[in-house]
Amino acid sequence: MKVNLKIWRQKDSKSKGKFIKYKLDDVSPEMSFLDMLDFLNEQLIKKGEDPVSFDHDCREGICGACGLYINGRPHGPLKKSTTCELYMREFKDGSTIVVEPWRSKAFPVIKDLMVNRSALDEIIRSGGYISVGAGAAPEANSIPVGKEVSDKAFDLAVCIGCGACVAACKNSSAMLFVAAKVSQMAILPHGKPEATKRVKRMVNKSDELGFGGCSNTYSCEFDCPKGISVEAIARMNREFFKSTVCKSKS
Amino acid sequence: MTKLDSNIPSGPLSDKWTSYKSDLKLVSPANRKKLDIIVVGAGIAGASAAGALGELGYNVKVFCFQDTPRRAHSVAAQGGINAAKNYKNDGDSIHRLFLDTIKGGDYRAREGNVYRAAEVSNQVIDHFTALGVPFAHDYGGMLDTRSFGGVQVSRTFYAKGQTGQQCLLGSYYALSRQVDKGTVRMLSRREMIDLVIVDGQARGIIARNLVTGELERHSAHAVVLASGGYGTVFYLSTLALASNPMAAWASHKKGALFANPSFIQIHPTSVPVLNEYQSKLTLMSESLRNDGRVWVPKQKGDKRHPNEIPEDERDYYLERRYPSYGNLVPRDVGSRAAKERCDAGYGVGDTGLAVYLDFKDAINKQGKKTIEDKYGNLFEMYQKISGISPYEEPMKIYPAGHYTMGGLWVDYNLMTTIPGLFAIGESNFSDHGANRLGANSLMQCAGDGFFILPYTIANFLADDIATPKIPTDTNEFDQAEKDVEDKIKKLISINGNETATNFHKRLGKILWDYCGMIRNEEGLKKGDQLLKELEEEFYKNLKIPGTDKGVNQELEKALRVQTFFEVGQLMIQDALNRKESCGAHFREESQTETGETLRNDKDYAYVAAWEYQGQDQNHKLHKEDLNFEFVELKQRSYK
Amino acid sequence: MSNNRIKFTTVSQKYVMALAGIFLMLFLLVHLGINILMVIGDDGEMFSQAVKFMLTNPLIKITEYFLFGGFIVHILLGVIIQIYNYRARPVKYSKSIKSDQSMFSKYMIHTGILIFVFLFIHFFHFFFVKLGLVDVPASAEGKYDFFSMAVVTFQNPIYSAIYLVSFVFLGFHLKHAFQSAFQSLGLYHDKYTPAIKALGTIYALIISVGFAIIPIYFLFFYN
Repeated sequence: MKVNLKIWRQKDSKSKGKFIKYKLDDVSPEMSFLDMLDFLNEQLIKKGEDPVSFDHDCREGICGACGLYINGRPHGPLKKSTTCELYMREFKDGSTIVVEPWRSKAFPVIKDLMVNRSALDEIIRSGGYISVGAGAAPEANSIPVGKEVSDKAFDLAVCIGCGACVAACKNSSAMLFVAAKVSQMAILPHGKPEATKRVKRMVNKSDELGFGGCSNTYSCEFDCPKGISVEAIARMNREFFKSTVCKSKS
Repeated sequence: MTKLDSNIPSGPLSDKWTSYKSDLKLVSPANRKKLDIIVVGAGIAGASAAGALGELGYNVKVFCFQDTPRRAHSVAAQGGINAAKNYKNDGDSIHRLFLDTIKGGDYRAREGNVYRAAEVSNQVIDHFTALGVPFAHDYGGMLDTRSFGGVQVSRTFYAKGQTGQQCLLGSYYALSRQVDKGTVRMLSRREMIDLVIVDGQARGIIARNLVTGELERHSAHAVVLASGGYGTVFYLSTLALASNPMAAWASHKKGALFANPSFIQIHPTSVPVLNEYQSKLTLMSESLRNDGRVWVPKQKGDKRHPNEIPEDERDYYLERRYPSYGNLVPRDVGSRAAKERCDAGYGVGDTGLAVYLDFKDAINKQGKKTIEDKYGNLFEMYQKISGISPYEEPMKIYPAGHYTMGGLWVDYNLMTTIPGLFAIGESNFSDHGANRLGANSLMQCAGDGFFILPYTIANFLADDIATPKIPTDTNEFDQAEKDVEDKIKKLISINGNETATNFHKRLGKILWDYCGMIRNEEGLKKGDQLLKELEEEFYKNLKIPGTDKGVNQELEKALRVQTFFEVGQLMIQDALNRKESCGAHFREESQTETGETLRNDKDYAYVAAWEYQGQDQNHKLHKEDLNFEFVELKQRSYK
Repeated sequence: MSNNRIKFTTVSQKYVMALAGIFLMLFLLVHLGINILMVIGDDGEMFSQAVKFMLTNPLIKITEYFLFGGFIVHILLGVIIQIYNYRARPVKYSKSIKSDQSMFSKYMIHTGILIFVFLFIHFFHFFFVKLGLVDVPASAEGKYDFFSMAVVTFQNPIYSAIYLVSFVFLGFHLKHAFQSAFQSLGLYHDKYTPAIKALGTIYALIISVGFAIIPIYFLFFYN
């Protein structure tokens, strides 16, 4: 099959970028989207041109490194999948595919389609953990965790940190990311002691890093490759309310 | 090089670690602040080590080439993590976990290390649970376990099919907390290219900043490698594309011995190569073989659609060859049998390198709903990749490179033969012998990082408290940086016609064909020859676009591929040397009458540790004899 | 103790936005409840009584101040949030986002601004008259004769059309607002949230259709 690509090219974070068009013949429908970009790069290199830079690693949908904004959708047209799990058979022969990097003030472009997502790490560093040192943990079964709670915590913990929620949100809000971690830690008994401090710090951090606020559009849920529900955001709002209004600090 | 001393403490097995630990030297909290430690790699091993060391108060710098530690390939482990909790009251114990691991490794692992790994496994589960890892629980609120291949107890803790991801995140939380506290500095998008040795000790690294392209010097009192294995040497594998052994290999070239490089586990059930552009093989959980039946057509090159091939024209070769175990033969046997059929021309699919895994009978017998409940997510995953529904027609599967048991040689302290250089997780060789049991890798990585290294590294650093900060403006750093610079310049200046990826593909194919699942003297020699020829071509015809400044992913690849050429040659040398079959290493010359692995304990019950002798020189073999004091060596048998 | 000062985070903004919104939604119900009395065919008899009550009850008077506060907070904060959110993506996509789940939520600021413009027109016809800022229409008996003002206003087809269109926007705005307020306040439940969403649709329909009846009545059925 043939595809017409329109790819964002940007030399480095300081340069101004622009779209460049590429025509690609002999694309196999069995190629993954990233295989197709490899295929394009192979041709560019042979022609002596600069290949397209993009992040990727595991290519099985779990590491969260890949993330391209394809035809107006983070990770492309397929629901609940990452860019690496997208195959060319999802596109029509001869179609035009526009590929852009994630766009957000908090995700500056490094080169081409590669963006800096370390802001998400910074959010986790501002309390998205449970403070327990190696050796201090009690016997694992000494604190019972009901099946419903652990299942729910798992559903919240499947976030791969790809940033699709930010990319999909009209406000570039990272609230689904923040909320998933806040909620996971808040419902697990081990995470409760720090719950109020955690939510306050993480929400403040997210704002400070330049992510937008949530306006309940729910595009994040729609395009989360792991299907995390916006219920998490409601829970985070609740936790936040508790932390600012109900909880007095001693 | 002096004789290899594994430093295994004497005494009864169960007391070794406890008594050794209590005699280790300590570093006082006030002094820890003055000591710098570099950790290379931030997967489960690296992140947990950094978290634990930071907690103790050391000055830690962690490096990873990904944009964040949470992408390390530990993330992709599916099944679970073992621990000897005996929650199921089914007779499990530390000793049994130890025995299973030694036996699973086909008696090529060190007793002391394995016992210790089993010993700390319980603490690992406690710690991960406290860190917020959502392991599966039962309705009563207690942790759930499941059974895993090769053992008779239920000791595998799991978080659905994403245990690796959740454990990695657990370690990442511990690491993030220390970054928050300021004890650990996280340096991502940086790749270690070389090790710096000062006065015979590991004192720093040269890292390439993958964003700016600049070379950076970092010094420390000790360096910890947690950089993973070298399974991507095959190009197509179940591993992440960028996983690579460059850090370990650079250290090897600076004097660290490399042990058992030919021990690579090939996983039998992976989605096969579908086309020539494919860059990655995705693992399909082994559990599928509980209900799936493996077959190929009886007729060579039968191109009919699988559903059109009648029952009597199908060869259920596993059931035919192994009537008692059938489709549930162990990993290595299943892998080799598939290869045998495909090599004989019975393989299916466009490439002829695949066999069918058929669920038709299971669906007919148990109903689609039951099968969907058991394997629904795996079927979905398969359909995403192949576009084919396993409910309608059989899956195509083929073995793929998965895990490297070999790695840097370390002693009981997890220290390599370079003083001050430690290796943990998959980057060392220590715990899995010639074959790793499922769910043991997460256990080892976290155990090394959280509960072993922090003790042993203190013992080493205790003698170093008077050493001030290591300066980076010394001759040693100058020289190391210049070497790296020259190396990069040399690669860029080749300016040929072929990309690094193409070389990697061809290199991987050679190793897969001649040093893969089945090896023999003739093939290995041929492989070695082909590899050397290809390497020569690499240095003549490699093409790297752009410069060494800024983001240059092609340069990154080229540096890795360059390493793979050297690793591959040592793999072959090791495989040639080991004229026995054991675990994943199968030498055709050494097999039982029924085609199973045949060990030679008299001549090969040793760890083969290889010393680098210089470019284009053969490596020098050092043997560490394996003394089995507590287990009796037996032939593994499936009949 | 308190170096931990409470910052006005985006989450707090949502809370305030939601609370003000809920208050305004309640007001709309009351407003509709009274106004719909105009169309029961008694020439505004009942309506005038209700108006009288509203004008004289001291509690209502106090509430009125809160109502204005609510409007101001809701509008100002809406604009501030929008500016903040707009700046979170300095470089826009060339292909607009296709992953939105509903168009209602996407255009809150747009419908909000249109409703704000409408509010001014609406004030001109009624509220400003009451305040004495705008002359009482000739047919009305004083500045509290809202029924007559309504007759004058809605028998003008242009004004009626403006009102009707505005009610459509209002409905759109409310459709998202209702369930969004619950979400912002953290009230999400697997079972009840779908019901809340349905209720939100019903509420939005009641308000927009209910108000729309009034101009249609005066334009076509009243003489």
